Amino acid sequence: MQALRRILALVIKEFVTILKDPKSRFVIIGPPIIQFFVFGYAATYDLENVRYAVFDESRSVLSRQLLSKVEGAGMFRLSGYLDDDKQLTESINSEEARLVIHIGPEFEKKLRSSQPVEVQVIADGRNPNVALIALGYFGTIVEQFNRELMQQGVVQRDGPALQLVERSWFNGNLRSRWFIVSALGGIISMVVVIILTSLSVSREREFGTFDQLLVAPFTPLEILIGKSLPGIVFGMLDALIFSAGAVYWFSVPFRGTVTALVVALLCFLITIVGVGLLVSSLSMTMQQGLLGSFLFIMPAVTLSGLATPIENMPLWLQRADLINPVQYIIIALRNIFLEGADLSMTWPYLWPLLLIASVTLPLSAWLFRHRAV
Amino acid sequence: MTDAQINDDQGTKADAQEQAILSAECVCKEFAVKGKPPVQALQDISLHALKGRVTGLVGADGAGKTTLIRIAAGLLVPTSGRVTLLGLDSVADSLEIQSRIGYMPQKFGLYQDLTVIENMELYADLQGVPGAERAHRYDRLLSMTDLAKYTKRRAGALSGGMKQKLGLACALIKSPELLLLDEPTVGVDPISRRELWKIVYELVEQDNIGVFVSTAYLDEAERCSYVLVLHQGKLLAEGNPESFTGRMKDRVSLVVPAQADRPRHIYTRLVGSRGIVDATIRSGRVRVVREDTSETQLAAALDGMHAKIEPAEPNFEDAFMALIPQTEGHFQVGRGEGEGAGKMQGSNDDIVVNTRELCKLFGDFQAVKKLSFSVNRGEIFGLLGPNGAGKSTTFRMLCGLLPATSGEISVAGHNLLRSGAKARARLGYMAQQFSLYGQLSTLENLSFFGKVYGLSGKRLKQRINWAFDEFGLGQWRDKAAFALPGGYKQRLAMAAALLHEPDILFLDEPTSGVDPFARREFWLRINSFAEQGVTVVVTTHFMEEAEYCDRMLIMSQGETLAMGTPAEIRDLVRSPQNPRPTMDDAFIGLAEGTVDKTSIAAGTAGNEEMAQGDLS
Amino acid sequence: MILFLMRMRGILKKEALQILRDPSSIALALVMPLLLLFIFGYGVNLDAEHVPIAIVSDDRGEMAQDLIARFELSPHFELYQVKSELEAESLILSRDVDAIVRLQDDFSSQLLRGTQAPVQLIVNGIDANRARLIQGYVRNIVNNWSRMRQERGEAGAGPPVSVSQRIWFNEGAESRNFMIPGLITLIMTLIGILLTALVIAREWERGTMEAMLVTPLRRVDILLGKIIPYYILGMLGMGMSVVVAVTVFQVPFRGSITALLLLSSLFMLASLGFGLLLSAAIRIQFVAAQISIVAGFLPAFFLSGLIFDLDSTPPVIQIVSHIVPAKYFVTISHTLFMAGDIWSVLLPNGLVLAAMAVIFLGLAYRKISKRLEG
Repeated sequence: MQALRRILALVIKEFVTILKDPKSRFVIIGPPIIQFFVFGYAATYDLENVRYAVFDESRSVLSRQLLSKVEGAGMFRLSGYLDDDKQLTESINSEEARLVIHIGPEFEKKLRSSQPVEVQVIADGRNPNVALIALGYFGTIVEQFNRELMQQGVVQRDGPALQLVERSWFNGNLRSRWFIVSALGGIISMVVVIILTSLSVSREREFGTFDQLLVAPFTPLEILIGKSLPGIVFGMLDALIFSAGAVYWFSVPFRGTVTALVVALLCFLITIVGVGLLVSSLSMTMQQGLLGSFLFIMPAVTLSGLATPIENMPLWLQRADLINPVQYIIIALRNIFLEGADLSMTWPYLWPLLLIASVTLPLSAWLFRHRAV
Repeated sequence: MTDAQINDDQGTKADAQEQAILSAECVCKEFAVKGKPPVQALQDISLHALKGRVTGLVGADGAGKTTLIRIAAGLLVPTSGRVTLLGLDSVADSLEIQSRIGYMPQKFGLYQDLTVIENMELYADLQGVPGAERAHRYDRLLSMTDLAKYTKRRAGALSGGMKQKLGLACALIKSPELLLLDEPTVGVDPISRRELWKIVYELVEQDNIGVFVSTAYLDEAERCSYVLVLHQGKLLAEGNPESFTGRMKDRVSLVVPAQADRPRHIYTRLVGSRGIVDATIRSGRVRVVREDTSETQLAAALDGMHAKIEPAEPNFEDAFMALIPQTEGHFQVGRGEGEGAGKMQGSNDDIVVNTRELCKLFGDFQAVKKLSFSVNRGEIFGLLGPNGAGKSTTFRMLCGLLPATSGEISVAGHNLLRSGAKARARLGYMAQQFSLYGQLSTLENLSFFGKVYGLSGKRLKQRINWAFDEFGLGQWRDKAAFALPGGYKQRLAMAAALLHEPDILFLDEPTSGVDPFARREFWLRINSFAEQGVTVVVTTHFMEEAEYCDRMLIMSQGETLAMGTPAEIRDLVRSPQNPRPTMDDAFIGLAEGTVDKTSIAAGTAGNEEMAQGDLS
Repeated sequence: MILFLMRMRGILKKEALQILRDPSSIALALVMPLLLLFIFGYGVNLDAEHVPIAIVSDDRGEMAQDLIARFELSPHFELYQVKSELEAESLILSRDVDAIVRLQDDFSSQLLRGTQAPVQLIVNGIDANRARLIQGYVRNIVNNWSRMRQERGEAGAGPPVSVSQRIWFNEGAESRNFMIPGLITLIMTLIGILLTALVIAREWERGTMEAMLVTPLRRVDILLGKIIPYYILGMLGMGMSVVVAVTVFQVPFRGSITALLLLSSLFMLASLGFGLLLSAAIRIQFVAAQISIVAGFLPAFFLSGLIFDLDSTPPVIQIVSHIVPAKYFVTISHTLFMAGDIWSVLLPNGLVLAAMAVIFLGLAYRKISKRLEG
């Protein structure tokens, strides 16, 4: 009873401190919103407006037919027509065009006489991802063009015997925004929670109030609970708001259950509070706390699979990444949003989180008192 | 009388201006505050400081001392009026001025990562001291400041006193024509303070420079040749120290307690009595400043006590206290409040705090070396020593905030580091810098600490109301704690520590950074709690505050220099040359090793003073 | 002039000693870049290798086996042969495979007869980018196989129009060659903005700035005293990153060192100017760190084309990106590493950086005050 009252007093104090301090308020409101929109809009692999130039030596009906298909695809934006090889080199070099389509002079003539022709495409490899995707897309356009040629009877030939039929599950139009935005709630709330908790102990240490808490009749467990709750509550609020934002603003589908979402976020936030408090207990000043959380956030987010797949990393790094809590929540969130996972399907990603929490939380509670000055 | 100009030292006005090395004319300074009327930091200040003199600027915290010095240094622009230094305007010619003066800010800008000599070289480069002169200049400054042995040490690793001396050396690197010093002796031990003043006077005498120094130590004002008293942004009085003390003639008495009485009792009685401006405990006696020359009111206040009244030589502090207008309800403490009185259990012979052979190592550094002492119930026990002596380390070990390397500690029968939360429930703790939650209001702070110590409902309300009354915090009820003035922060911190009526009170540097008024008030309160049976362990670096303790331990560099009652400690340095030594004298004697420390342990002091002390 | 040089000597020596002796400066300037380089070098990779895929094929025919062998030989895939479609689907749900390739029972006979023989590909689209890459790989394998059959004369003529594709500057389309040069921008931003803002705020907090102001230092001295050491530190960080990139991560460097030094200097000065401008206004380390992360680090990461392509973002973000110095240097750095000294790219971007350096440093100079207020 006494213990509960003490915890309650501490929790109320933590909330009031966070809400009254303009800096803390800013941490939970300002950057998260900026991050949500910047991430949501800027962090995308979906290509739009890929600048391309055309070097059409054929200038024929058929070449124009092919080019109009490119124009109509919606992904490309014409930057200009070229007249010779020199211009071609120059336009790629200067990044005026990231893709140049070169159609030879005999394009139509060859086609009409049923000879095979080649269309040359040159891509700027400085951004290899853009180059690969744009090339792939151009390939499908040419395939369609081939089919049209045969249907229109321009070319007399059997259709290709082999045909690739492609389908993608869960994300039919392969929009990478879904992939990134569905995990945003987790990432952003993590940044908020880490900064809040990593500062909460170090701020008290810097202002000397932490000594007051240690001298008061608190057990380390009580301090731990009191310090964890605000982070979890604010983190949960942020995460749920941004999850709703993902669904209603960015139109990401939500196919799983809300229970699974809440439980997964809860497990994750407990873990993250553990990490934040650990950073905080190790730091003597707010400066160190901030630097420490930065040192955690950078690699944890980079290696989380948010932007680049974990499977692409070398094996040793994948093993080391098993202790990265962020990767589990990202998988869990994507499962819930896009694959419609329920609680039992997300469990395999939740127990590792709880395992990490069971190390970090007791360790930080121990450090409250044993971190020598 | 408060606005009196005491001008008997100064010659004709024209004469003064000719010699004036620094003069201010009608200087006002306002600071804008968001959403509120601007703060008037300085109001219509006009003054002169002369060449070849030390001019002191004295005042409590927030009087405007730092603002004035910063304006002189060209760091701030006055809202109106002008300051001229060396005949140059502080705003228009600040660069020219800055190459001809030396300035030492309160928190001197030493680069902690640079060594002593590197710091000096930096300032020599910045001030453009020619290479040929440097060796000579460094030699002189290093020998003056006694830092020659430490040239390769990093500034961050120097003690507080050495840092200040190095700061002074840096400010003096290019023989300035005028030296501006902003509270150069804050937090510095008595030896270093004495040395700093010696250096300043050497410079004034040899180089005939002008020195403009601000200080909150009133005893230092007496070392200045001319003193200006600032109060709440106004110039209250000026003159040489003698002119101040002269006015106090026949208004200061010493009350010598009879054998059975502690000076504390008399002190508590006298403070706030009618006709008494100020009362302090000095060298086992109570020093009283009266409103006028008549002794009748003092005698009336002492009615029923066996105490002798002796006349005393007035000093600057007496004059200062008499000069500053007393605020309403200033000394309202401990009157008619008997709630906690007499309820403490156990006899005064109980040992409440005990340590044996306590040691603390930080790496190779021995912060505390073999410390043994014990504190009885109801005692005020002081841990004294300069910054870095190991006081705070010892204190933190006592409170269970830091594990000891070896040795035993027990507080009320527990080792607080290991024992459970319950053992801490009867403790009150007030951390250095009045650790409050700055964003929370006064009420929220109190209610938080109350709840933490298990108060609730009616009882909590009752105690919070008690705190509001007792500490006069009512007007600040909903104000955020960081916005309180320094003295009220201290009160709030203390109220928070006392809310649950603890048996033992730990106070870490409760008086650092507060002005003389708040310090007096604080000790008065502590006294009244001790009278009620609360055990108090307190650290301080103000030597004169030791007088308020029942017993104390003086530390230096982790070692025990001496332990005993104030009288015992003073007796250690008593000599024919100095028949009435002060605590500062005692500390200097002990630290310089001119006194045989062992005599204390043997308890050989046995004289008149001792008998009046606390052995009763 | 002699006095000026003496002042500069003093202030520069001080900064140098401070940087060398303060572990947190070293950590930010040297350890952090290395950490970032290794995390990005190893951890951030868009090229998929050994992607697990399931193959469902009941066709024991020679042709089906030949096609499957192609998949097996590809470095991009790791094959799981499964019996039924159901099994394959459960594998994709449990994330054991990322895609299913399905050949119908009569695949071989259809092909022999010359009728349509579909190869079905199902990818898990959650990671859209990866899904697209997988589609591309599969398409290449299937196209190559049918072209080989045509050459052997096993099949009829190929498609009327075929694509011959070439990727310039980065033939293998390795994402590491793209990531690491961009990362150097981030590292220099970190030193130029975060470190500078922190260091100056610390001088305010420790009171050393106040002592500096009351010396005969001119405003130019103060500005130069901060620019020179952190410029050198930033360039060292840059040099170290380039060396690591070329030696450890085998990123090609095709430009000239002169161009690199010249242009990175411009970028460094622009960043420093921005950092100094921030720190002239901010005197608390905590706030300095927060603001420099929000205003310096995040834009350098997201609005510079470092990972995500700027052309594909909404117009608002593209407009905002124009005031981010990192955007210009990311372009320069990609060009210098992969393409070489192409002045048609370097010159305009370099000019913008030069203009930014002049503007930011000019503003910082105006903001530096020898007084405590405003």
